[in-house]
Amino acid sequence: MAKVKPRVKAPKKAGKGDIITVKTLISHKMETGLRKDKKTGEIIPRQIINKFEAQFNGETVFSVDIDPAISANPYFQFKMRAEESGEFAFMWTDDSGDTYTKKSKLTVS
Amino acid sequence: MKSLTRREAITLGSAAGGVLMFVPGSAFAKVEDAMAVMMKFTGGKKASDGKITLEMPEIAENGNTVPLSISVESPMTADNYVKRVIIISEGNPRPEVVTFNFTHRSGVAEASTRMRLAKTQNVVAVAEMSDGSLHMTKRQVKVTIGGCGG
Repeated sequence: MAKVKPRVKAPKKAGKGDIITVKTLISHKMETGLRKDKKTGEIIPRQIINKFEAQFNGETVFSVDIDPAISANPYFQFKMRAEESGEFAFMWTDDSGDTYTKKSKLTVS
Repeated sequence: MKSLTRREAITLGSAAGGVLMFVPGSAFAKVEDAMAVMMKFTGGKKASDGKITLEMPEIAENGNTVPLSISVESPMTADNYVKRVIIISEGNPRPEVVTFNFTHRSGVAEASTRMRLAKTQNVVAVAEMSDGSLHMTKRQVKVTIGGCGG
């Protein structure tokens, strides 16, 4: 399978109390498990990212339970209130239990 | 084998047509399946209209990737916030689409993603608040090319 590459766009700096926007994207074909191989007629097994979680300083701020109806290369945009400086950890989990992680620092002034 | 009379041929033809019509239809979730997923989410409680907005294009040319945004009116404080929002499809092979889990740290209850739509259908969004109340909205999206290839 093509390499799974997580990408995140999150601000590096914010004022205290500001609402910041975080955009995330991960390259993944999101095989639904409903398609058939055109040559063999066999069903292609499901292989999707089924969970996305965003933590800030170890605390979950936003998470998503994902079903096959989400498009390939799943994209999520969400917001967070900036209270203190710290580090984001973004985690994606796929059907085989593999996790992909990306981190991003935020300085609150 | 005896050859078919004209009348028999017509009956057979229409019966086969009926079967063909039925099979592809059964591959898609029905409104009842979508309702069942919603009942599971709400626990049978009634969801009221309003407070939640679902933004999607009126016409999606490509059903493989249709942008979707939801927002829910809420102060998003520690004791009054939006817990989760579920998106349900009435016309995809399976009704479940996605569930967003918010926390009071979210600041505002807004999220966006991109989904697949197999055909023209209604998409339903239901929000559960921290006090257990429920709000829902529904939106029809017309699809030119379905996005569940295969």
